Amino acid sequence: MSGLSTVLVPAAGGPVIPHYGGASKCIVENHQFCASWFFDNFSTRFEPRLWEHLELTAIAIGIGSVLAFSAAILAYKANWFTTPFSLVAAFLYTIPSLAFFEIMVPITGINRTSAEIALVSYTLLILFRNALAGLQGVPAATKEAAAAMGLTPRQSLFRVELPLALPAIMAGLRIATVTIISLATVAAYIGAGGLGEPIFDAIQTGFKTEFIAAGVMAILLAIVVDIMLVGVQRLITPWSRRRVRVT
Amino acid sequence: MQDFINSFKFVGNNTHLLLTKTLAHLEISFASIAVAALIAIPLGVWLGHLHRGSFVAINSSNIGRALPSLAVISIGIGILGIGFLNTMVALVILAGPVMLTNAYVAIDEVDRDTVEAARAMGMTPTQVLWRVELPQALPLIFAGLRTATVYVIATATLATFAGGGGLGDIIVNQPAYGTPGVIAASLTITVLAFAVDGLLNLLQRVVTPYPLRKRGRIGRADATAEIQLDAATS
Repeated sequence: MSGLSTVLVPAAGGPVIPHYGGASKCIVENHQFCASWFFDNFSTRFEPRLWEHLELTAIAIGIGSVLAFSAAILAYKANWFTTPFSLVAAFLYTIPSLAFFEIMVPITGINRTSAEIALVSYTLLILFRNALAGLQGVPAATKEAAAAMGLTPRQSLFRVELPLALPAIMAGLRIATVTIISLATVAAYIGAGGLGEPIFDAIQTGFKTEFIAAGVMAILLAIVVDIMLVGVQRLITPWSRRRVRVT
Repeated sequence: MQDFINSFKFVGNNTHLLLTKTLAHLEISFASIAVAALIAIPLGVWLGHLHRGSFVAINSSNIGRALPSLAVISIGIGILGIGFLNTMVALVILAGPVMLTNAYVAIDEVDRDTVEAARAMGMTPTQVLWRVELPQALPLIFAGLRTATVYVIATATLATFAGGGGLGDIIVNQPAYGTPGVIAASLTITVLAFAVDGLLNLLQRVVTPYPLRKRGRIGRADATAEIQLDAATS
């Protein structure tokens, strides 16, 4: 319950509509987009937020991958584990992000930890399902061949099955990453930083340039990362240029 | 835990508030889905029928998913100002691409032999579309509609920042409604999403031609379908 309301108020000392005193006509009249203000303030107001956003995303995907991939391997080896984990992950996935962040506040506070817990929870379902589908899609004949060549189950898993599941795993990673980039903008609501901060700042001030600049940056970030992940996917699974079917 | 129990009391004590907000939530969601469906599905069907524009049709859902919803709403506020229209435009942009991709893939992947057979029997292209391709494609088109609907109902929460109303109003007003209120509102959204998804599932079964119905399995296939589609299209 703690000072959530403080988040809604612009930080003390922070500019409301910035530089009212000597502001240009564009800012005073709140025109559609004041490019000069954007470029003047990019390095102080936007660039740090961009890095924060990437950091938030990377931490969530990192922790989420460790959890989800371990769970997927466990579920692959011990089938009974699939249903309970899927149910928990699906339940977490359905919680509206805004509410999830807010519910975490009384437990872990207004900070990045709260945001990360929610973000990690959102990665689980996507990563788990795709990894498991990838592993289960490995043809039985391939596994038999691996065993016949004398590979132990562990060797077979790491040298044959996981590499073959890689396209599906990468597809999951890609979806999870863009999802988290999207949700991380909302995380700024509980002061987690990232590109959502200028958006919430603009909601307080009504400053159009900031709305548009922050929104466009978040969208570009998501699209650029998505395209980069497609590149990585092609690099590490060169054999799957054609369509990959996971059933 | 106490908050969780209190959230049920909150539902009891604030039924009217929750109902009003739920109605507003559904209103903005359905308006957006209807507009998005009217644009995206015919376009996807048309492109699929011609087997053209696969790159755009397939990748649009990737881009649509990559768009951070809050960022789209933020740009919307900057351009359109605060209100219903802004939220609706944002939700249409977010919901359209999934439907477009599913409609395209559904029609494009109808068995070519079946289509040829229909043509050989003398059907015109329009008849092929209406009598052969669309009935075959219906389940996948519906899967897209369902995915988009669940997504829109969840995302409409953010409408509150654009003054759009809905259950998000309760979620962001924790000082007034307390944590139980926040939990109650988010549970309502989850229930709404599942309920609407279930209804669409039923509708899908009703409109699917009998021989094409999968009997015995009314699973929530949308999430799986989406992920499979992603694996298939990436």
